[in-house]
Amino acid sequence: MTTYDVAVVGGGIVGCAVARELSGRTLDGRRLDVALIEARGDIGDVTSKATTAILHTGFDATPGTLESRLVRRGYELLSAYAVVAGIPVERTGAVLVAWTDEELATLPKLASKAVSNGYDEGLLIDADEVYRRVPALGPGAVGGLVIPDESIVCSWTSALAFATEAVHRGTTLLLSRRVTGVDVGEVATILHTDADDITARWVVNAAGLGGDVVDRAFGHDRFTVVPRRGELLVFDKLARPLVDHIVLPVPSPRGKGVLVSPTIYGNVMLGPTSENIEDRSATGTTEAGADFLLGKGRALMPALLEEEVTATYAGLRAATEHDDYVIDVDAQQRYLVLGGIRSTGLTASMALAEHVVELLADQGMATVERDDLPSVPRMPNIGEAFLRPYADGALIASDPDYGRVVCFCERVTRGELRDAFASTIPPSDVDGLRRRTRALMGRCQGFYCGAEVTRLLEESLASRGEGGGAT
Amino acid sequence: MTEQQQRDASAEVAADVRADVVIVGGGPAGLTAARQLARDLHVVVLDRETEAGGIPRHSDHLGYGVRDLRRVTSGPAYARRLVASAREAGAEIRTEATVTGWAGDRTFAVTSPQGRLLVRGDALVIATGARERPRSARLVAGDRPPGVLTTGQLQSLVHLQDRSPGTRAVVVGAEMVSWSAVLTLREAGCATVLMTTEYDRGESYAAWRGPARVALRVEVATRTRVTRVIGRDRVEAVEVLDTLTGQRRTVECDVVVFTADWIPDHELVRLAGADLDPATLGPRVDCALRTSLDGVFAAGNVVHPVDTADICALDGRHVAHSVRQWLRAPSPPPAGARILCDAPFRWVAPSLLAPGAGAPSRRRLLLWADDHRTTPRLVARQSGRVVGRRTVPWPVAPGRVFRAPWSLLDEADPADGDITIGLL
Repeated sequence: MTTYDVAVVGGGIVGCAVARELSGRTLDGRRLDVALIEARGDIGDVTSKATTAILHTGFDATPGTLESRLVRRGYELLSAYAVVAGIPVERTGAVLVAWTDEELATLPKLASKAVSNGYDEGLLIDADEVYRRVPALGPGAVGGLVIPDESIVCSWTSALAFATEAVHRGTTLLLSRRVTGVDVGEVATILHTDADDITARWVVNAAGLGGDVVDRAFGHDRFTVVPRRGELLVFDKLARPLVDHIVLPVPSPRGKGVLVSPTIYGNVMLGPTSENIEDRSATGTTEAGADFLLGKGRALMPALLEEEVTATYAGLRAATEHDDYVIDVDAQQRYLVLGGIRSTGLTASMALAEHVVELLADQGMATVERDDLPSVPRMPNIGEAFLRPYADGALIASDPDYGRVVCFCERVTRGELRDAFASTIPPSDVDGLRRRTRALMGRCQGFYCGAEVTRLLEESLASRGEGGGAT
Repeated sequence: MTEQQQRDASAEVAADVRADVVIVGGGPAGLTAARQLARDLHVVVLDRETEAGGIPRHSDHLGYGVRDLRRVTSGPAYARRLVASAREAGAEIRTEATVTGWAGDRTFAVTSPQGRLLVRGDALVIATGARERPRSARLVAGDRPPGVLTTGQLQSLVHLQDRSPGTRAVVVGAEMVSWSAVLTLREAGCATVLMTTEYDRGESYAAWRGPARVALRVEVATRTRVTRVIGRDRVEAVEVLDTLTGQRRTVECDVVVFTADWIPDHELVRLAGADLDPATLGPRVDCALRTSLDGVFAAGNVVHPVDTADICALDGRHVAHSVRQWLRAPSPPPAGARILCDAPFRWVAPSLLAPGAGAPSRRRLLLWADDHRTTPRLVARQSGRVVGRRTVPWPVAPGRVFRAPWSLLDEADPADGDITIGLL
């Protein structure tokens, strides 16, 4: 049986970034052998798929925290990587809107907090300027703070790019394996999963919502994940002209509040709610959540509510009782935990991976970057602001399948579906196909193309010998 | 305009298509218009599906063609017939041709296997139809497992792909289309365990509802709403709220079909900035089916969401006449009096009384209602006075189009402001 150098538990955005980083390094001249273990049938299928997908400058982090530092660094790393890997990013900027005098008084403090976090581009604006930037904003705004570098990013492509590159670099991707127990030995640890046992010298816990469970399996009692459910409404693409910036409320002790933002796919998002819950799999939406968001939306941007809702979803943030990330190394157990990585995890992901390398070096596992790295994979573009196959005349001329639109609302072509099925990490269900291509995520939600897309997916699954069950 | 749209507008041209008339949508309205116009004009129909024919293509039951073809046929046979007669008349039907936006005046950007095309017509007909609001647009809470469908998706699953959706279904809605979903489910071996409707009785034709209910043995829960979908990997149940008592119950099922609640596919008219009717959400048209855009017409269910296929086809015939007239003597976009409606009516189409537009298709105004009336006494008012009254012997009922005689507006004046149609 293979003994991996490192087993990364958790194929979310953070685990994928860590696996990518580690498999790109050598220890004593030998390539690190990395396993990426995921409980679900696909990577990025839990928390990472249901974020607000904002690339944060970290302007509002708590200065001095690890989170503040890693978000700041992660912003730079992911921004640069996105260009190479073809991950769609739009630098829309954010406008924090003050609605009361109390909030207005908070804005300068936020601007100086941003400076403490290493961000000094914040710009205080008056109410007129707020409405000039966001004409559809509801009445009553009294001022604002502009953060020009807040951006929107495709979180799905990010996770997929990391995982794809990790596999290209030699990572063994082990899906559908939930870790059920741990045996720490003298030189290696056995991870028992519901499928098989995996042996590795080092274990990195990036298990997100299940991070505390894995941590306890190693005998620790450092944190408890209290899932914080965030529900979101996604409005029709016809609403997109209403808002060109991320519109944020002034954060309060009760949380970051409800935002309105363009999405990277050309829609408009309203949310999230914030609700601590017990059930770690409760990603259902609620009547109360929708009512709350519609109430907020009515005040924030009345015209938005005239538009159709295309999708609703809920994500669970892996919040803990701690204010900062919980990152720790146990040298004896050759075990490293990345806990409490909440909504900032997408932005911080690559910095977290870099941090893992530093922490391992501190434990005598000094690695160096490989000199034989494969080239960075170029991901298919699913961002609305960039050229997509249906609009690419040259591409269609080279292969007519890119001119065959299958999903009409999102304009996903047969060529893109085929590419997804043939990719390094192909989709295992409709949801995975949606995250790779945008198929079925549009306004009709399958009225026109649902049956055809499902058929193509099942054909692909059958040819890969994975059976059906994708209806 | 997003960058994508700007790129659409300046997309590289792989080929140019020019025609006298370009019709978007190869369903009953578009194909009938094409057949009427193609005898002496160059007509191009753009349809995004692999086969033209529209929704009837996957509605495999009888009842098509009554008013337009004067015969009773099945949906697929009807669709084939419409395609064949449009082709025979000389229309060029391009399938797998998706209009992605506008590329200038009366010019579409089109994606097709033949490339990115700019397609320009002297006159345009938008016949893009309507779709059912999916579960998400209705804000139904709960889990998001597979097995939550619309009638459209169910029908293509069963009729075009011969697949089974499940074994126990809850159908949301009790309109004609909902019963059609029940039939489709039964054909696929799936029992309908409950139909829900927010109205106080089932909406379909009374004459048909009784026997159908007995024959299909389906319970219709009136004044109820599906409020939650339960089941992580597969639908396990839905929660049903009784809107009268506030009580909730759980109904086990493995399929949920959201039927009716129609919205026009209005993207193209909206992107072009055409006037919309806020009640239908389709383009506002006059009786000649002219939109507020120069040389752009609309026909079928994009104008009235939704009426039957034969009525859409007759719209196609009607719009063909208007297009022909416009090509002979172009006139500016119509202006006149808006036609509005009061409760229990939700919308009226056409909704613009313009000079010179003549009578609407079949000399009927189409209205959608949210309540029942057995012998409706219609009244039309304009500028505070009654301009028309009619009592008709057919009922007003939710879930299907009510047809009012055009003579109701004989005395209305296009220059005298808003007209409102209601009941006495």
